[in-house]
Amino acid sequence: MILYEMIDYSTLKVIWWVLLGVLLIAFAVTDGFDMGVGALLPFIAETDIERRVVINTIGATWEGNQVWFILGGGAIFAAWPPLYAISFSGFYLAMFVVLAAMILRPVAFKYRSKNPDPSWRSSWDWALFIGSFVPALVFGVAVGNVMLGVPYSLDNDLRMTYEGSFFGLFSPFSLLCGLLSVSMLVMHGAVWLVMRASGEIARRARKYGTIAALFAILLFALGGYLVASGYVDGFRITSEVDPNMQANPLAKQAVIEDGAWMINYATYPWLWLVPGLGFLGLFGTLVLLQTRLELLIFVFSKWAIVGIIATVGISMFPFILPSSVQPEASLTVWDASSTHRTLFNMLVVTMIFLPIILVYTAWVYKVLWGKVDEETIERDNHTAY
Amino acid sequence: MELSVVDLSRLQFAMTALYHFLFVPLTIGLSILLATMETVYVMTGREIWKRMVKFWGTLFGINFVLGVATGLTMEFQFGMNWAYFSQYVGDVFGAPLAIEGLMAFFMEATFVGLFFFGWDKLSRRQHLAATWAVAIATNFSALWILIANGWMQNPIGAEFNPDTMRMEVSSFFDVLFNPVAQAKFVHTVSAGYVTAALFMLGISAWYMLQGRHLQIAKRSMTIASAFGFASALSVVVLGDESGYEANLNQKMKLATIEAMWHTEPAPAAFNVVAWPDMENRENIFAIEVPYVMGLIATRSLDTIIPGIHELVDRSKDRIRQGAIAWDALQKIRENPDTVSEEVRETFRYNANSLGYAYLLLPYTDNPMEATTEQIDEAAWSTVPNVFPMFYAFRIMVACGFFFILLTSVFFYYSSSGKLDVLREKRRWLLHVAVWSIPLPWVACEMGWFVAEYGRQPWIIESMLPTSAGVSSLSVAEVLFTLAGFVLLYSTLLVIEVTLMIKYIRIGPDDDEAAETPPPASVRPVSGTVPVPAE
Repeated sequence: MILYEMIDYSTLKVIWWVLLGVLLIAFAVTDGFDMGVGALLPFIAETDIERRVVINTIGATWEGNQVWFILGGGAIFAAWPPLYAISFSGFYLAMFVVLAAMILRPVAFKYRSKNPDPSWRSSWDWALFIGSFVPALVFGVAVGNVMLGVPYSLDNDLRMTYEGSFFGLFSPFSLLCGLLSVSMLVMHGAVWLVMRASGEIARRARKYGTIAALFAILLFALGGYLVASGYVDGFRITSEVDPNMQANPLAKQAVIEDGAWMINYATYPWLWLVPGLGFLGLFGTLVLLQTRLELLIFVFSKWAIVGIIATVGISMFPFILPSSVQPEASLTVWDASSTHRTLFNMLVVTMIFLPIILVYTAWVYKVLWGKVDEETIERDNHTAY
Repeated sequence: MELSVVDLSRLQFAMTALYHFLFVPLTIGLSILLATMETVYVMTGREIWKRMVKFWGTLFGINFVLGVATGLTMEFQFGMNWAYFSQYVGDVFGAPLAIEGLMAFFMEATFVGLFFFGWDKLSRRQHLAATWAVAIATNFSALWILIANGWMQNPIGAEFNPDTMRMEVSSFFDVLFNPVAQAKFVHTVSAGYVTAALFMLGISAWYMLQGRHLQIAKRSMTIASAFGFASALSVVVLGDESGYEANLNQKMKLATIEAMWHTEPAPAAFNVVAWPDMENRENIFAIEVPYVMGLIATRSLDTIIPGIHELVDRSKDRIRQGAIAWDALQKIRENPDTVSEEVRETFRYNANSLGYAYLLLPYTDNPMEATTEQIDEAAWSTVPNVFPMFYAFRIMVACGFFFILLTSVFFYYSSSGKLDVLREKRRWLLHVAVWSIPLPWVACEMGWFVAEYGRQPWIIESMLPTSAGVSSLSVAEVLFTLAGFVLLYSTLLVIEVTLMIKYIRIGPDDDEAAETPPPASVRPVSGTVPVPAE
């Protein structure tokens, strides 16, 4: 059966590069507001009932959102095995920190309400904060490191050696990316609270959202400046590459080069629309936060995230994981994917199930929609978190 | 003892996986039981069934979140600790994990929110649909994970490609319909059903001993014993199917389970008790039942089951063959474009044994130059420690038969409407049920131990040794995360068990007055099993 040859191998690689972006963006857009809300929790809500209001705006749906993360892991494993292998083992301790923090989250949601003792509840509130803030920060730092290049090398058997350290991950630029990630998701979470909570909490959410949006604009602009000015080096392939080649990250030549992350914009000037979308979303959110157009703020906040993440992807294309110590071992769209057959099979499965997921997720959100306030919490005292 | 990165990584994987599987079987089984009880509620409209769903649902929730939390680690630690494995087999192994997310876990995690928060926002039928969605998705989730695991035990539908240095899918269909995966799936979900049934049975028995929540306890007991009895039968029968499959492709696992050092004339005897001695490679003593082993494992009277010594001899041949493949592979890797077709042909011919050459790498850098002693050592490294295999398997099987006995007794009392007899005259049986609650977990963990330890030294059976699959990490890094996971997981486990006990003590939200049944109408399940009124 050669059904899979219906679609070119190179086309499939690009499709899976787009799908990888779609998954990461879906994770950031959906679980992003859960993380933003969790990171805001100890500051935006003071009394227990206020905290319950905040938690219950996401309590019933956050779990489904988190699956985008798990699915992201699975999809990278299936479609980009070397990326899965090198990034998670290279960022080993950072991944451990993320997992430990994220493990706290489901437990905190569920167990907090099981005991009225204030110190019990406050502990779980901080667990929720850690489970939200830490991953938001580390994901940003990780993206920053990917843009800078990761210090790994590959031997002839494709066995990877990582030459960096945990603390080496925190450079000025990667910290900037981490803070951008935090501000972006805090903004998104605040916008969510404006939409789903009311009264005093919504008022505070507008305030925090405005501050976060300002920070995000500043950091996104600064990050862009650092890349465009050549403070951050990019990578460029210097040899001929056959986009239909079998996966072999060692079959090309590549160099580290000033401003190489700007090449795609020079070649295709319309790509400037992508960072433009990021800024439009951020400014739109900032302005609309001062109005009553709650749903519209959320739309802009979402597009801000889409624009920012997509900017990273297209700046680096075709690189997905550059190596700073052995540039020719960098992973690119063309040389780090699964086989033609697997990419095709997985595409078929995705095309069947992704629409189904979107439909039932939308339905579940519709059923559970509505403002959460102190009254609804007291009415559902028994079932609410 | 000096622990290497491989040892520590294995320890960490074993710890996190076994811990994850403390929560998974209960989720798998309880989700089905919840959906069943809610179906009765929707069909009969009797409030008591809704209260049962809510009560068992609370316990389900306390357990469920830890399954989700620890599942996160499972999804990522292949890449974290087993990077070379991930690169080597991602083309095959990644797909079922991704499909699990797409097809199963997404549905489970999305609808579980509706299960807990949708009671007042959905019609009865809609809520029932949400509950079934959780139950079905949970079971599908197990299917895809076991397809992935089954492929590691029996790597069919894939070939090694020297140009990409990895296994690549040749038949997706074969990977999906791997007989080992199918046998494992039914065996594992049945084990989950038994776990949930004994959990429900034991807690109900405890309420009966205390004379509390009797209406709910008796109904729960009826459901749990029927469901548990059917599942306990199936877990043993399907476990036997697993054993049969193991004999076809993992002969060493079977030989160590049975502590069968030497090939015997068919049909082989079954060792009931034995004292395996790894040093001298024989049993110090053994109590045998003639013929039984041969019958179970081969389902025939004349098929010979090879013993450990013979399997090791076979490994020696494959190591030599593997060394030839390894040598050809080096040549291909050096000059992929110019290497002669002859070398590629040599590789293709011997590629099946490539994994065996990796077994030599701890002893020599060049497998082609391995000495007879080195080959001997490498061949004996294919034998997992027989003692724990032998006894872990027997503990699991003993538990399995005990579950059949226990559930059948309770099934008898509940189906003949004699549950009050238990409470009045056979209280010891109720005590047995309470004390049996932990046993399914023991059986499950033993089962995984046998399945996974029993295929060592392979991470992919006969293809890639575990030691070759590991990431390039330092001992300190893995030690740090191992300590971190132990600390975090232990803390969470203590909290979980404390909460579980607290909510079991509180019991279901029943109001005993409203529960007093209208005369002659108490009909649990389908109405065919009458339970006498209090």
